[in-house]
Amino acid sequence: MRRRAINNGTTHGGSARVPLSSCCPNGVLRMAEQRQAVERPLSPHLQIYRFTITMAMSILHRIVGVALYAGTALVAWWLIATATGPEAYAVFRSVADHWFGQFVLIGFTWALLHHLFGGIRYLFWDEIVGLNNKSADIMSWLAVFAALAGTVAVWAVVFSMRGVI
Amino acid sequence: MSASNKDMRTPLARVRAHGSAKSGTGDHIRQRMTAIAMVPLFLFFIGFLVSLVGADYETARAWLGNPLVAIAALLLVVAAIMHMRIGMQIVIEDYVTGERLRSLALIGNFFFSYAVGLACIYAVAKIGFGV
Repeated sequence: MRRRAINNGTTHGGSARVPLSSCCPNGVLRMAEQRQAVERPLSPHLQIYRFTITMAMSILHRIVGVALYAGTALVAWWLIATATGPEAYAVFRSVADHWFGQFVLIGFTWALLHHLFGGIRYLFWDEIVGLNNKSADIMSWLAVFAALAGTVAVWAVVFSMRGVI
Repeated sequence: MSASNKDMRTPLARVRAHGSAKSGTGDHIRQRMTAIAMVPLFLFFIGFLVSLVGADYETARAWLGNPLVAIAALLLVVAAIMHMRIGMQIVIEDYVTGERLRSLALIGNFFFSYAVGLACIYAVAKIGFGV
């Protein structure tokens, strides 16, 4: 994936001037052709950046957002089932109470809280609050842990209300 | 979209008669306003749903039909649908290449968002009005 970033002795993109003597033995190369001959440095590819929490959170924010998008269909199902009647509601409940349904609901809770706490960071950053490397990292880790702690807290309450734990 | 390199027109001539950009920040602002609205609404609804654990159908339906809960639910649905329509549109515009596929994805996003949103609104209204 990684392409040549440095070429013909030019290190940065701005200037594409190459000494005529070094690029063409005859010394005759018109400007337009010369410009094409120089490969400008490319911006670094994603995989050569080191890992940062803000980068990971940014990617995760989108993935989780797309998951929540699909999850709204489940919310619609739940509401329609409730509006339809006890039989339709019982069908929803039987799926929701299945272990896989519970797994999806726990995941939904985490996704929602993750997107919510992660999203609050953006609202602060829009106002140029906490928009330096250190604060941004701290806020990102806070969002990660708040979402995990929130998910555990919500489902601890749910399971204790059911008398499971 | 890509202007030919042989295009002799000036940049100004190329953009003329293609409409103004005055509404360009509409979705950007809407995305943030709905986000702010959803913070308290979601925290309320998580608490509300947890409180319904173990409740039977009639109790759950009665609580959902409470005017304050129903109004909050409708606000949440409207905010969430607007937010997700914009968010998915940005994702599509960033990653889906090819004009036809992109158009289809954008249309699908529009249809899905409004269909789910209207289904939720109808259901909440039906529960609230008790019909």
